[in-house]
Amino acid sequence: MSYMIVKDEKGIIEVKWQIWRKTMERREDVKLFNFHASPFGQRVIWALKLKGVDYECIEEDIFNKSNLLLELNPVHKKVPVLVHCNKPIAESLVILEYIDETWKQYPLMPQNPYQRAHARFWANFAEHKLLDAAWMAMRSSGEEQEKAVNEAREAVEKIEEEIKGKRFFGRDNIGFLDIAIGWISYWIPVWEEVGSMKILDPLKFPAINAWITNFLSHPTINDTLPQRDNMIVYYHSRRKEVSPF
Amino acid sequence: MAEKKNSNGEVKLLGAWPSPFVIRARIALNIKSVEYDFIEETFGKRSQLLLKSNPVNKQIPVLIHGHKCIAESMIIVQYIHEAWSSSGPPILPSLPYDRAIARFWLTYIDDKWFPPLKSIVLGLDTEPIEEKLEKVREGLVLLEDAFNKISKGKDFFGGDQIGYLDIGFGSFLAWLKTVEVTEGVSLVHETTTPALAKWLQKFCAHDAVKDVLPPIDKLIAFSKMLRANVDLVINPK
Repeated sequence: MSYMIVKDEKGIIEVKWQIWRKTMERREDVKLFNFHASPFGQRVIWALKLKGVDYECIEEDIFNKSNLLLELNPVHKKVPVLVHCNKPIAESLVILEYIDETWKQYPLMPQNPYQRAHARFWANFAEHKLLDAAWMAMRSSGEEQEKAVNEAREAVEKIEEEIKGKRFFGRDNIGFLDIAIGWISYWIPVWEEVGSMKILDPLKFPAINAWITNFLSHPTINDTLPQRDNMIVYYHSRRKEVSPF
Repeated sequence: MAEKKNSNGEVKLLGAWPSPFVIRARIALNIKSVEYDFIEETFGKRSQLLLKSNPVNKQIPVLIHGHKCIAESMIIVQYIHEAWSSSGPPILPSLPYDRAIARFWLTYIDDKWFPPLKSIVLGLDTEPIEEKLEKVREGLVLLEDAFNKISKGKDFFGGDQIGYLDIGFGSFLAWLKTVEVTEGVSLVHETTTPALAKWLQKFCAHDAVKDVLPPIDKLIAFSKMLRANVDLVINPK
């Protein structure tokens, strides 16, 4: 057991580091401001659950945002926001890295700098090339939808090459990249149904479809998913509107 | 710190002198005193080396470290911080919360603040220029406030040393100045953004920065060429 030695004006006080640390952990206060159908918030939930971090989830009505949310994220006024020991952090991929750096159990990021860069690259790629296209494919029709579906499929084709031969993007275990792009496994099929279109063709993309099965069969991933029926109803109502998140 | 050429070939950076994203990688390499070969891409064309080393996005910058290829500027900066951790000062803050704040502002800068500035530079017709300039100015007010909170009275976002957020934001300063000159406006100024005005001077004078920020007259000429060839910017060959 290692010791932390603190000197004050009365002399040297010896404190048992482990006891001090556990006391601090009990005082940790983790809150997540989220909207149940948000793919961005889901990433944060998965990360916290995999690491066994207790948190309080505060559901926001994104059409009637609370003053508290607006104070916590004044720049973007969006969910999710993680508040840890009264300090707010916004942007879900930023929150993921914060969670991984703060709670060391179940590491999400690889240790090797190149593999970390690789994971960040693909998370960034899916965010910028697939997410917007898939969202647009869900809420548009005709030529506009066809263009969006093609863009989304081009992005999926590249991700397919990346997952070939691997159970997860994190290799044997779910890692940062699985969580960062995990929304593909559940949100895209919902959007496909709502938009009456197909992006994740199992014949064209067998490796991604296999990953989806593996990913969704993990109890921690599966147990926290929002109800599919509710998602279908919600996204039908959003079909013609811009992203509210 | 002068650009280093003819290193043992272990580290290469594919880029172009005007690109703020390439400038980010160069500043980070300078901070870590890494010798590298700077391989300039020709505007409007993609070399075989670029297509091979970044087949997904086909964009500069690409850092080639031995056999490893790393793309996306701030991912490259984080890689440099991690791969050369024992050389030179750290680039990212040490505490997770401070890192999260730096990463948050980088996301804001790249996804929200830079697009209207880019649109002005390229002379795109998407909305009136006054509206784009207003968005740039509003962003600078937010960044001024962020600087005051994050720097805690020191010279840089990173404190005593330039760090991740200094690099990410500072890489746009030459383009910001270019827009001020070509549009006849003031964007960063001691009356409207006093903290950023001071930071800007110190940042541009820093050893790791001063030789990689392009001269404004060269950028002005380049921006005229860009406007005449917007198609090539959006769809390079």
